[in-house]
Amino acid sequence: MRIELKKRENISSLFSILSPFIALGLTLIAGVILFVSLGKDPVSALYSFFIEPLTEVWSLHELAIKAAPLILIAVGLSVCFRSNNWNIGAEGQFIIGAMAGSILPVVFHGWESPLMLPLMIISGMIGGALYAAIPAFLKARLNTNEILSSLMLVYIAQLLLDWTVRGPWRNPEGFNFPETRNFADNAVLPRIIETGKTHWGFGFALIAAIVLWFVMRRMLKGFEISVLGQSARAGRFAGFSDKKMVYFAFLLSGAMAGLAGISEVSGAIGQLRPVISPGYGFTAIIVAFLGRLNPLGIVAAGLILALTYLGGEAAQISIGITDKVTRLFQGLLLFFVLGCDTLIHYRIRLVFGAARKGSAA
Amino acid sequence: MDMTQAIILTIMTAATPLLLAAIGELVVERSGVLNLGVEGMMIMGAVAAFAIAQLTGSAGLGALGGLLAGILFSLLFGFLTLTLVANQVATGLALTILGLGLSGMIGEAFIGLPGLKLAAIEIPFLSDIPFFGRLLFAQDPIFYISIIAVIGVNWFLFRSRAGLRLRAIGDSHTSAHALGVNVVRTRYLAVMFGGACAGLAGAHLSIVYTPQWVENMTAGRGWIALALVVFASWRPGRALVGAYLFGAVSIGQLFAQSRGIGIPSQFLSALPYLATIAVLVIISLNRRMTLINTPASLGKPFVPER
Repeated sequence: MRIELKKRENISSLFSILSPFIALGLTLIAGVILFVSLGKDPVSALYSFFIEPLTEVWSLHELAIKAAPLILIAVGLSVCFRSNNWNIGAEGQFIIGAMAGSILPVVFHGWESPLMLPLMIISGMIGGALYAAIPAFLKARLNTNEILSSLMLVYIAQLLLDWTVRGPWRNPEGFNFPETRNFADNAVLPRIIETGKTHWGFGFALIAAIVLWFVMRRMLKGFEISVLGQSARAGRFAGFSDKKMVYFAFLLSGAMAGLAGISEVSGAIGQLRPVISPGYGFTAIIVAFLGRLNPLGIVAAGLILALTYLGGEAAQISIGITDKVTRLFQGLLLFFVLGCDTLIHYRIRLVFGAARKGSAA
Repeated sequence: MDMTQAIILTIMTAATPLLLAAIGELVVERSGVLNLGVEGMMIMGAVAAFAIAQLTGSAGLGALGGLLAGILFSLLFGFLTLTLVANQVATGLALTILGLGLSGMIGEAFIGLPGLKLAAIEIPFLSDIPFFGRLLFAQDPIFYISIIAVIGVNWFLFRSRAGLRLRAIGDSHTSAHALGVNVVRTRYLAVMFGGACAGLAGAHLSIVYTPQWVENMTAGRGWIALALVVFASWRPGRALVGAYLFGAVSIGQLFAQSRGIGIPSQFLSALPYLATIAVLVIISLNRRMTLINTPASLGKPFVPER
């Protein structure tokens, strides 16, 4: 049996909408197979993984808190990926953004000013953008592969954070724990509603998604991004600069990741620690693709991926399987998403029997 | 064994997994396919090798298991990118994320267990040569395989017909297809070779280098191997030089950490990653060499016309 692809004349709008759902369905089927092979009842396992976290108000707030960094990073990445710039170092930009934003509340502890939070957020975004500027500069100026350079910078950022919280920024009253001071009240991102834990990071995520959706759909810049992404040569004929686009895409996605970083630290954690992210920067890549690189789709995708984090924790408690299963689900989901996207551009035909003579199988 | 020998030996041990993974990816990229999932295949190789060595009591079977795990994982990549022509960059990332997750799950039962070590093979007479004998001819089998792979791949790519076909596909898959070369099949084989090499490289980590299972124990080595391929400008001999340079950097920083030379350990640990970026920059300065050697179809999707 062989699989043959035939290019569609127009991309299928039906499958453009359906393919993320097919991918989700396939991931669920894979989940059933996985749970059965682990000797667990698949129905109750899937229930505690995907439904239980949605049944209580406090866990809905947890969902929004986890979705906020994913959505913020992913909308930035969607612009990057659409313009054919492969920034996969968002995790590092998230960390550096969090650190840059923490300079004020940690180093200038006790500074009481209403400007504290706005300045923290701005410096977080600048930090993330500057860190993303490194691979952008290397790519635009020297043609250095941005995938590898941005990824290497993740490891470097993790080590830098580790050193900072164990060394110069360690809490002097913290019994030698590798943590910074707790942020003062004026440095903590406020909650959106008083009754729940969801902080303004989620609000930033929604605003960013709507603004970028508008830019991509309705403004010349969005058109420029798509054209240069599909063909740098065609873009140059239209007078667009692909070098400037490299900077634009990296600085924007870096700033978004930095905003996610400082929001997470200020709104959810309240201090810097050696590890501040369960891989948000990498999971956001999955979010971006599951949302079909569309900012509004990314909001939905971010909530779904946030659910896998909560589901992993819930399943660990209620049915006793490792929370590593979360990463597995996330990886599987990306696989299925990428596979299903083939349906948008190609018709798939199963051919039985031997290959025809002269045709390349 | 004197001190110099011991240091060179640890450098060689650190370099072997990098070299092997890089050689595998080099063949994949020469065929025009960019598999960014090296890290994922490596970590699967590492966990499979450790688990199988534990279950069977044989480190040799463990190494074989690591190799097979790498191949299986690479087939997943092949199916998506070659059969379904999915985006190669994204699929490679998916392979890495999936590998890190799956290996963490499988490996959970093995955390903290003492590992089995693959025994060294001493080649009679040759291992008695003063100084070099102990270094070159009393090593673990995976070291020998890595050296044979460099020589073999170099011969294959530049001296054999099949290698010429593979390079032709990498440079222009449409022309190669028009000439009747089976593009997809060749690429599948190349991807599987890359998977085997990455799997065995991972096995080296968990049953030779540090015989134990630690989550994420590849620690970016798969990515460094990818950078080595660029550094080597797609030539096996240069990959050997690059891998040993990196081995020296990573052992050098460990050595400096243990001596406590007053630089924070995190800065020293960052050195291999900084070196990777530096190397990529230096290579990209010489644009002509990169242009000449880069396979022209690298990363581009191919659907055979019928």
